[in-house]
Amino acid sequence: MGLYPKVVYLLMGDRGLLLEFGDGISLEVNEKVRRMTLALHAEAIEGIVEMVPTYRSLLIIYNPLIITIEDLKKRLEWIEEGLGQTSFPEPKLTRIPVVYGGTYGPDLDYVAKFCQITPKEVVRSHCSKPYHIYMIGFMPGYPYMGELPEGLITPRLKTPRLSVPTGSVAIAQRQTGIYPMESPGGWQIIGRTPVKLFDPEKEPPALLQMGDMVQFYPIGEKEFERWNK
Amino acid sequence: MEQVEAFEVLEPGFLTTVQDLGRYGFSRFGVPPSGALDTFSFRVGNLLVGNQEEEASLETTIMGLKLKVLREVVIAITGGDLFPTLNGESLEMWKTHLLVEGDVVTFKRIRSGCRAYLALNGGFIVPKIMESRSTYLSGKFGGFQGRPLKRGDILYTNDHPPSLKKLGLRFPNDSIPSFEKDIMLRVVPGPQDYHFTEKGSQTFSSSAYRVTPQCDRMGVRLEGPKIERRPDVEESIISEGLISGAIQVPGDGKPIIILTELVTGGYTKIATIISTDLTKVAQLKPGDRVRFEPISIEKAHFLFKEQEERLKEFKDFLQQR
Repeated sequence: MGLYPKVVYLLMGDRGLLLEFGDGISLEVNEKVRRMTLALHAEAIEGIVEMVPTYRSLLIIYNPLIITIEDLKKRLEWIEEGLGQTSFPEPKLTRIPVVYGGTYGPDLDYVAKFCQITPKEVVRSHCSKPYHIYMIGFMPGYPYMGELPEGLITPRLKTPRLSVPTGSVAIAQRQTGIYPMESPGGWQIIGRTPVKLFDPEKEPPALLQMGDMVQFYPIGEKEFERWNK
Repeated sequence: MEQVEAFEVLEPGFLTTVQDLGRYGFSRFGVPPSGALDTFSFRVGNLLVGNQEEEASLETTIMGLKLKVLREVVIAITGGDLFPTLNGESLEMWKTHLLVEGDVVTFKRIRSGCRAYLALNGGFIVPKIMESRSTYLSGKFGGFQGRPLKRGDILYTNDHPPSLKKLGLRFPNDSIPSFEKDIMLRVVPGPQDYHFTEKGSQTFSSSAYRVTPQCDRMGVRLEGPKIERRPDVEESIISEGLISGAIQVPGDGKPIIILTELVTGGYTKIATIISTDLTKVAQLKPGDRVRFEPISIEKAHFLFKEQEERLKEFKDFLQQR
């Protein structure tokens, strides 16, 4: 799994152009998505209305009345060729406090049992390394992060919950994430953070961005309650 | 900018929200565009009442919205025909009307389509969140306090609306879209059309699909013949960006049309509906039937330009008056 030798262009209708950079989830492919997105932001091509960077692809929404698809592709190819010569900001590391277990993390015990370790070891393992943010999606501010240590890999819930509380820290397969607002969800909830991940009134509205890093650390219930006071 | 009371919501109806043309540039934070679903009708409404085409209007769904007028206002109603009335008398759509204090506008029931737009000279004033006045329902922000309208809400407008030279303006009859119960939607194949067998593609482009009750501003779930997938590909793909009109085919082989309140997804997309036909998609309701016709991207761009030219002609016509 890795980078394609050449970017694959796929059509998503008459206003969407999907740039696929690789055949799987990898840091190398995701870094290229990030760089291309940053380069395009700097370039500010007239006619591009939106960009959606994800694991291994970048969706560009354009206005065909302002830029033809042929011209758009030419510009994109030119920018892609120049990526090697451009410098990009280093990923930012954000430390996120988490209360693990209990009512804050109702699935902690299940995860421990599934992984055949103690809940304490689950916490230690989850906090053992910084995670790379592959993308923000599904809902505002939701970070898809990985890779979890081998020993923590746990499948999704068989039946998704109808409501997961704001701030819930969850894992599924090789990934970990945080619910920025209450929503339905199928990941295993192991804890909760008091940190606000998304605020529509703020600039930028999301605390975390794709390509950045997150390091979790455990806090107690009291600290959680004091956090936003 | 001074704002003044324009309407009181007597009944909110099935679902009424404040929308503009959407919130763009925030997808990388996981924020979908939202905005009016039928942008053609929405834009015509604003042009009729002398606004910029992106000014905030009301999008009302199915039936039941009842508004009391609190001051003299000029409005136009476009989109699906939800039988709008003024003080009980039928109110002509696609035309400007002067309303006075005490008037009551009611949307009685569906005659065709599913969503109507009420444009107001001066627009509806709500705070801009991330550069847009659109309501994002599942995100609970934007529009009117991030939620659908409720009984008793007071809607504000600009104290100094754009001046209107003439009332009674009409959008040309031959340009008004018709919203049928049995429609053909043109699509550009992809991005994952190659995940389906030839038989599957055939099924997709030759079958009629029925709109199920699971249809909202996020998407329209369809019921009909199962679309066959190649045996060597997985049902889900690595999550990627979405655009309005993308047609997802999940594991059960039944298509789902993506609308404006989703930003990423992990299902294969067999095709994407062309921009020009999104107005028809916005007007689908449970029980309606759709068919899909694959066309080339060149043809899709041609049709898009044609529609924009029609709108531009109308704009020029308005400016000459």
